Amino acid sequence: MSQARRRGAFDGSESGRLDRREFVKLCLMAAAAVGLPASAARKMVEAVDHGLKPSVIWLSFQECTGCTESLLRTSHPGLADLILDVISLDYHEALCAAAGEQAEAARRRAMEEHAGKYVCVIEGAIPTKDGGIYCQIGGRTALEIVEETARRAGAIIAIGSCASFGGVPSADPNPTEAKGAPQVLQDRRVVTIPGCPANPYTFLGVVLQFVTFGTLPALDERGRPLFAYRRTIHEDCPRRPHFDAGQFAETFGDEGHRKGYCLYKLGCKGPQTHAPCALKRFGEVGAWPIGVGHPCAGCTESHLAFRVPIHTMVKIEHPTPPSTFPPTTPEHGKVSPVATGIAGLVGGALLGAGFRWARKLDEEESSTEEVPS
Amino acid sequence: MTMNRRALLKGLGAVGVATATGGRAAVARSRRPVAEDAVGMLYDATRCIGCKTCMVACRRANHLPYEKPGHPWDDPVDLSGRTKTVIQRYRGREGQSYMKRQCLHCLDPACVSVCMIGAMHKSEGGIVAYDPDRCIGCRYCQVACPFNVPRFQWDSPTPKIVKCEMCRHLLARGRLPACCEVCPTGAVQFGKRKALLAEAKRRIARHPDRYVHKIYGESDAGGTQVLYLSSVPFEKLGLPHLGTESVPRLSETVQHGIYKGFIVPAALYVLIGAAVRRHHRQRSVDERKEET
Repeated sequence: MSQARRRGAFDGSESGRLDRREFVKLCLMAAAAVGLPASAARKMVEAVDHGLKPSVIWLSFQECTGCTESLLRTSHPGLADLILDVISLDYHEALCAAAGEQAEAARRRAMEEHAGKYVCVIEGAIPTKDGGIYCQIGGRTALEIVEETARRAGAIIAIGSCASFGGVPSADPNPTEAKGAPQVLQDRRVVTIPGCPANPYTFLGVVLQFVTFGTLPALDERGRPLFAYRRTIHEDCPRRPHFDAGQFAETFGDEGHRKGYCLYKLGCKGPQTHAPCALKRFGEVGAWPIGVGHPCAGCTESHLAFRVPIHTMVKIEHPTPPSTFPPTTPEHGKVSPVATGIAGLVGGALLGAGFRWARKLDEEESSTEEVPS
Repeated sequence: MTMNRRALLKGLGAVGVATATGGRAAVARSRRPVAEDAVGMLYDATRCIGCKTCMVACRRANHLPYEKPGHPWDDPVDLSGRTKTVIQRYRGREGQSYMKRQCLHCLDPACVSVCMIGAMHKSEGGIVAYDPDRCIGCRYCQVACPFNVPRFQWDSPTPKIVKCEMCRHLLARGRLPACCEVCPTGAVQFGKRKALLAEAKRRIARHPDRYVHKIYGESDAGGTQVLYLSSVPFEKLGLPHLGTESVPRLSETVQHGIYKGFIVPAALYVLIGAAVRRHHRQRSVDERKEET
């Protein structure tokens, strides 16, 4: 790596330096995650080589730091380095070495230097009750900080369910009137990456695409990148064949559950949950709830997560079509001899009546002709 | 006053003689030669697994809507104004087999024969193509087709005929027909008709126990450019016995024979004229009788 390394809390980490080979591999994976061709990965590497590290300001509000943790504790080596090498993480309360006034100064400096270009990442919900006094940093409310930081950002990314739509802090009775970033920043386009925690590769893909091409991926109506949230978990679930075969786990620990049957009857929200978990697994460690026998909680869906009880069944969004085929030859009904006979009689009677009527007509005509003569 | 029995029989006889001699005088229409560049498809029903991927690809490639709008899934049962290909299944005494219903692209198509202004025409590679700008919506092609392929968009205010055109818009761009492109087992393949015929023969020779020893379309209905291989008799798949002569060969021989040299119509005219004249004379004679 040619560019200067930025040293932070992870100086002494086991992962050590990220060599070029590993870095190119990472970019390839990230490009693939966003559905970009391999050539895009090369462009990403070039962009970083030219020192075009995007400045990232990471704001944390009502959250558990789970999304940060998932980003750091991935099974792929050097991802922590990626945060430090590929992007310039100028402000992150959990990771920055500085504290207090120093940290706040770093944020303000990054905002000045990279105005209109930096990426504003929001982690955690934003309380709005009583003027937002339930979450304050440096004496300022989360609402104020968000407004200030997002105003001059090049891109706004809400990571995790809390930032995307409120998440846990907004669950009933929602004492702080917590809201997601898109609800607070209604006039700005916010990329939401819901998930509890969010898939780090989805996040990296979005950031790298923004850095390399200056564009954001295609989003659905809730601001989620389509490359990751287009399909439901149910569509790609490894337990799907059991669903189609009608094999369900009825209770935890029963025979079906031990055999790995479908968890739908245990309240799995997979049929309505749009997320890449079934393909990319959860948190990038190879495991995920459905894989270990727990129904999906629907953490990426604002109407499911922390709203619908975990063991409540949901409706199927895309019902499976029946596996039927039309016949090669259309089936025709058969006409019985009796019906043929009756039809013949009726037809014959009509013909006879018509014939008689026609003859009568002839007679009448000749009789009227005879009158004047 | 009506034409009497004698006159009627005489007239009928005259028309019959004229038709018979006229028909015999006209040489039966020659067979259409197989074009050297004729392309085609080979559908091997024993390879088809019924995945219906071809149906999905066909919809996408041809911008066709679903069979029933608003229905949660797509389930066409036959070709229609929205469906150019459909996978059907035969299950019965002869076993089980899938069947891909689509246009067979006859070498000598009846739909082209009956189309009065050439909306249906043989295009490049012998593809039976449809030109909606010429179509007047008479639906003769629908009636003429021995395979019941062309369908009409009954529910459209600007209806068109819908039938497989072998994705000629894709072929023009160097791609394969959508169904052949996506088929995971190679059950439907695109190629030169000659090569496909050789391949079909090779398959039968290699696995004589697997196939009915016949390639449907080699000579059926004068030969088609879409060829079928199957393990069950073809009539079970809805491919009828049509003989080796093309449908238009017979119909055009009859039709063109009747009008050959305009002999039969002219004879008919003369006959009608004579009948009218006779009737007229009879009537004037009757009237004179009444006056006297």
